[in-house]
Amino acid sequence: MSDKTPAIELKNITKTFGKVVANKDVCLTVNYGEILSILGENGSGKTTLMNMISGIYYPDAGQILVGGKEVIIASPKDAFQYKIGMIHQHFKLVDVFSATENIILGLENQGRYDLKAAAQRVREISEQYGFDIDPNQKIYEMSVSQKQTVEIIKVLYRGADILILDEPTAVLTPQETEKLFKILRRMREDGKAIVIITHKLHEVLSLSDKVAVLRKGEYIGTVNTAETSENQLTEMMVGKKVSLNIQRSEPKDPRERLIVAHLKCENKEGIKELDDVCFTANSGEILGIAGIAGSGQRELLETIAGLHPANYGGIQYVDPATGKLENLRDKTPLEIRNLGVRLSFVPEDRLGMGLVGNMGITDNMMLRSYRAGKGAFLKKKEPESLADRIISQLEVVTPDKATPVRRLSGGNVQKVLVGREIAAAPTVLMAAYPVRGLDINSSYMIYNLLNEQKEKGVAVIFVGEDLDVLLELCDRIVVIGQGRITGIVDARTTTKEEIGLLMTKGGSK
Amino acid sequence: MREPLFHISKRTEIALVKAWLIRIAAIALALVLCAIVTFALTGLNPLRVFATLVDGAIGTARRRWSLLQGTAILLCISLAVTPAFKMRFWNTGAEGQVLAGAMATATCMLFLGNRLPSPVLFPIMFVCAVIAGSVWGVIPALFKAKWNTNETLFTLMMNYIAMQIINYFVYQWAVPKGSGQIGIINGDTKAGWLPAIFGQSYLCNILIVVVITIFIFIYLRFSKHGYEIAVVGESENTARYIGINVKRVIIRTMLLSGAICGICGLLIVSGTDHTVTRDSAGGQGFTAIMVSWLAKFDPIVMIFVSMLIIFLQKGAIEISTQFGLNKSFSEILTGIIIFFIIGCEFFINYQIHFNHSRKEAKA
Repeated sequence: MSDKTPAIELKNITKTFGKVVANKDVCLTVNYGEILSILGENGSGKTTLMNMISGIYYPDAGQILVGGKEVIIASPKDAFQYKIGMIHQHFKLVDVFSATENIILGLENQGRYDLKAAAQRVREISEQYGFDIDPNQKIYEMSVSQKQTVEIIKVLYRGADILILDEPTAVLTPQETEKLFKILRRMREDGKAIVIITHKLHEVLSLSDKVAVLRKGEYIGTVNTAETSENQLTEMMVGKKVSLNIQRSEPKDPRERLIVAHLKCENKEGIKELDDVCFTANSGEILGIAGIAGSGQRELLETIAGLHPANYGGIQYVDPATGKLENLRDKTPLEIRNLGVRLSFVPEDRLGMGLVGNMGITDNMMLRSYRAGKGAFLKKKEPESLADRIISQLEVVTPDKATPVRRLSGGNVQKVLVGREIAAAPTVLMAAYPVRGLDINSSYMIYNLLNEQKEKGVAVIFVGEDLDVLLELCDRIVVIGQGRITGIVDARTTTKEEIGLLMTKGGSK
Repeated sequence: MREPLFHISKRTEIALVKAWLIRIAAIALALVLCAIVTFALTGLNPLRVFATLVDGAIGTARRRWSLLQGTAILLCISLAVTPAFKMRFWNTGAEGQVLAGAMATATCMLFLGNRLPSPVLFPIMFVCAVIAGSVWGVIPALFKAKWNTNETLFTLMMNYIAMQIINYFVYQWAVPKGSGQIGIINGDTKAGWLPAIFGQSYLCNILIVVVITIFIFIYLRFSKHGYEIAVVGESENTARYIGINVKRVIIRTMLLSGAICGICGLLIVSGTDHTVTRDSAGGQGFTAIMVSWLAKFDPIVMIFVSMLIIFLQKGAIEISTQFGLNKSFSEILTGIIIFFIIGCEFFINYQIHFNHSRKEAKA
């Protein structure tokens, strides 16, 4: 591909945060008319690297060349000057403004403020690349994928020739992802340089021309997509061979364990969060919950755990020993535990809900057990030995068990949390996005732990975002769309496309 | 081409020695700046001024006892606000809670003082002071738990109510009538005065505060209540998740916080001033907030922080009387020193890198 001209060249870029080396001697080249994937596990320094190109961070050492000339990018404004545009993972839009208003926000153009002309220009850009957008629609009325479209048009409007997309597919359904890829391919034909940050292998393979791999801040190499394979990329990413198979056994003697019937929840403003949700979780099976982020998954789990009020419906627990029904609705977490219901919950917000970030592992173990024993004082013996057990069994990397857990990496934080919840010998285990942000090895360890629980006869409820994983790990999958259940499918026979369609179905009655 | 001159990054950890070197350097710098300011404004020899400061704080046995006494009172209020702050409940109402305790103590001394024997009188005074302080503390907590009101404003306003109540009764009970002050209560019989121990009238105060210090240290570090306070303070969501009744913890903790403030009011009235005025707490309810934060909620560190602040205060007063300067000047000096002590925490938490090395590398 020597006929292409380089858009951005990075030479020996290094960036450190305190003791942590986020990027070390990274060298990269992106050409115009090319899509480059930056592949790496969470924490490998992908986003940091791109933030230096877009002017959010400033490198400690190294050079950045745009179009062959060395440049200094000290602010996002500088980046725009060099026609570099970044689409962040978390959108930066004003909710009450329309698409056009958001797009021209902050532009210092001469002449008068002409919203009509701007809207016309937005329409032109949309037609050129095949975006589907109404320039006058307000942001709060938009779906996640529409918001992303606004962000992309925003940088195109500013004349960006080099686009950087940070995990653009994380929030999209399979269908929306395919649409985005079509647009990106059209941009490539138009001669734009595109960088996409991702950790999903199949996306890399289907979209990009070249793949650059980072591992723990270090640049491992660039390969042509046509000449590589999923296994080779994983090996580059992780540093050793990993088997990418999840064991799935047949459920043994499944019995009804948790029955959710006609559950309805509204928030304080009276907006429906859950609407007529019915499903049953069985013992000895992993029940997946699939849906676009924010479709009510969090509210559903929190309502079951007694953290969120329900307006209507029932949540019933079937006692495994006696078969007796216990009502869990409108009970506090403590009341649920006092009923003898062993319900474990790995919440989405690990450090904000499941754990206390500033406490060590021992003190975090105590969260579940500090009430034990008589007297006013804490008993630290047992939590300490539990902490030791979890550190050794789950291979938690930590200086010692008193180190605040917020200093641990995402994978280790999650091992501590899942370890504690499993140590409570649950009969129902709910896990919300338990592998989000985890490296491949930690992810597989978590899958194995969930599988172990399933084999012990626990009813496991797994909220996931990666459909490939849901299909491989779960026995049945409940699909939720805008707070309603749009289908319950058999994970062994369904397809990604079927789930994708169900995910977008909810809402309307 | 522009290049930022330096950038700042957070330190992950710092050696204890280095942290203390930074603190000592900060105090040294503060003294240098104080010296320059002193010379520029007054023309006095800064060394003589510093010597006077030290002399004012610990020059005589009486001054040393007074230093310990002042430290004990400030420490006591700092300990009182600490559980609330650890819970992230912004209790700015220690001033009012101390005054409530002080008022309750003074009332007991005035009306029961010469009628009951000491072994009965002291427990009654103690109970009244504790109840008054905790009621003053728990009112904002109840509103916070029930209606999620802002505790910062609420506790602050409670201070002014306490002051006005004292104003009212001081006027009502003034001795002699119309003088606008109560004066020394039971000056002849010393009824309701905390007794002198080994001839030291302040020792009783100091011992009581030592007991409170140990209690708070153990309470926060080893008790189930202390653990709950830490969890609620770090994350209310985590507290709910594990089934802690957040409202109950808030109310319980403010009862405790107010109770200790009430005891402090007792120490001020019964153990020190033997009278009550709207200035009995003397703004220490606010200074205590600073002490608690500077010590990062560690009761042991709080001993040293409060002693340093009282040391500076006492010394500053001596400077203004010795050299005939007004009080504002010594407050400038105290302000400079405290500014440097607080400011140096930035350099302990963050590191500054200069970018000049890049150019050398290129050349």
